[in-house]
Amino acid sequence: MTLEDLYREVIMDHYRRPRNRGALDDANVVMEGVNPLCGDEIKLWLNIDDAGVITGASFDGHGCSISQSSASIMTEAVIGKPLADAHAVIADFRGMMLDGDAPDELRLGDGVALEGVRKFPVRIKCAVLSWNTLKLGLDEHAAAGGQRVELQHSES
Amino acid sequence: MVVPTSAAAGLDAAAVRADFPVLAEQVHERPLVYLDNAATSQKPRAVIDALRTYYETYNANIHRGLHALSERATAEYEDARARVARFINAAHPHEVIFTRGTTEAINLVARGWGDENVGEGDEILLTEMEHHSNLVPWQMLAQRTGASLRYIPMDVEGRIDLQAYARMFRPRTRLVAVTHMSNVLGTITPAAELIEIAHQHDVPVLLDAAQSIPHLPVDVQALDADFVAFSGHKMLGPTGIGVLYGREALLDAMEPLFGGGSMIRVVELHQSTWTALPYKLEGGTPNIAGAIGLGAAVDYLQTVGMPEVTAHEHELTEYALNLLSDLDGVRLFGPKDARDRGGVISFYVGDVHPHDVGTLLDADGIAVRAGHHCAQPLMRKLGVAATARASLYLYNTAAEVDCLADGIARAKAFFE
Ligand SMILES: Cc1ncc(COP(=O)(O)O)c(C=O)c1O
Repeated sequence: MTLEDLYREVIMDHYRRPRNRGALDDANVVMEGVNPLCGDEIKLWLNIDDAGVITGASFDGHGCSISQSSASIMTEAVIGKPLADAHAVIADFRGMMLDGDAPDELRLGDGVALEGVRKFPVRIKCAVLSWNTLKLGLDEHAAAGGQRVELQHSES
Repeated sequence: MVVPTSAAAGLDAAAVRADFPVLAEQVHERPLVYLDNAATSQKPRAVIDALRTYYETYNANIHRGLHALSERATAEYEDARARVARFINAAHPHEVIFTRGTTEAINLVARGWGDENVGEGDEILLTEMEHHSNLVPWQMLAQRTGASLRYIPMDVEGRIDLQAYARMFRPRTRLVAVTHMSNVLGTITPAAELIEIAHQHDVPVLLDAAQSIPHLPVDVQALDADFVAFSGHKMLGPTGIGVLYGREALLDAMEPLFGGGSMIRVVELHQSTWTALPYKLEGGTPNIAGAIGLGAAVDYLQTVGMPEVTAHEHELTEYALNLLSDLDGVRLFGPKDARDRGGVISFYVGDVHPHDVGTLLDADGIAVRAGHHCAQPLMRKLGVAATARASLYLYNTAAEVDCLADGIARAKAFFE
């Protein structure tokens, strides 16, 4: 176990220079994800067009470097993706973090850098918070027949 | 209280450390620097040996068998109670009720005393710095009975406004439940004054002493305390054992929480009568080994000397506060003056999240806690979601505080 496994350069870069940070105008999915155990908070905005493509994604929040960089990485991974592809990326990430499955590295992009978090079990929750929040947002969006959804997700 | 310096009193940290096997461990190939004592303390060999001796040589249930092992186990269990009673200067051993810990002790009072004595429109006084275990049981009681909770004014360093407190008492005030030492800020509350003022209004006081009894000499009679709750595992004893001290008359009037074996006098088909203290409040087979281990822990602390423990920690706390407050960008919580506090030091490093600080310190072998410390209302008052927390005990050294300061500086540099 070394710190470099956890704090890869890519992660530190997303932490210091978060991508897609701040509210998104006209978002039709607005989510809030919290981890009550550590107080990490993520706000997530998505624009999903009528064709089922995520045309925009952004986040805001506060928490540790892992939770914040993971959210930044996630927005990059899903912007421009059809919903089915977004679900595949989420499955890649969650499979990698929670079950140790090998992800499709091309599809997951910078998200691969978070694999080292697995060696720090107490920090896995930090990494998956935004992804669980996104998954719930997409599921609720589908369940609402494409209507605007605004929801809170809480890790247990 | 005149606190002797550890040098004068001669707390020999090296000798003390040698009594704690775990302190020789390496963590991530570094010597362990254990600074998470407010969460739980390490155990001296004397405690580990007491547990092993019980299990290996006289394991038996108590107060039941007529055989030799049971007699010995019973004697050792009751002897542990007597030693704990002496440690806190209780008037009688049967004022010491063994519980699972502080949490169970407080819930025992909230149920067994609260349900009998608190009703709709009544009030309970608390502070905003209570640990969840001295907060949630009272919220539950308030919900059951229609009573309400009121908060004693205090500043962000946990200093209670005694004058405002004295004005809070009304005819329906039924109980004051306060911490004796904050597990986040380290603040030592003026327990004697709080109790004296409450007693002027005939209101009993429950003291959450989970953080104080392990570190300060506490005399429940001198304090005139009504209920005192604490945990064995924070004072060198095993987990799963703790204490509710209660004034005899109050405990006598309490209803038991656990019905079952050991707590009855006569059981009929439709009703039963309770036996006397302390067994009335200790239904079921208790944590026999745990109590015996706690007895050994108390002996150990008394051999070292509680004034010496306090003085050693005071000196280290002062050293740590000076060292850490000199570090650029480090924000310390709690009283600045070591005289007002124990060795629980919460801090924030620049804008690095406490979890990241905790992970980086861990990589250096330094164990601290990061999180809300089961005190969410206090975190809100401090305006943070979490803090990192280093907490000291008798076996910690100035060299370990230096390690902490170096680790914090490295963590800060890493994230800059
Ligand atoms: C002030 C305070 N009260 C209560 C508790 C709860 O103790 P336990 O978990 O041993 O019941 C703790 C320990 O975390 C504490 O620090």
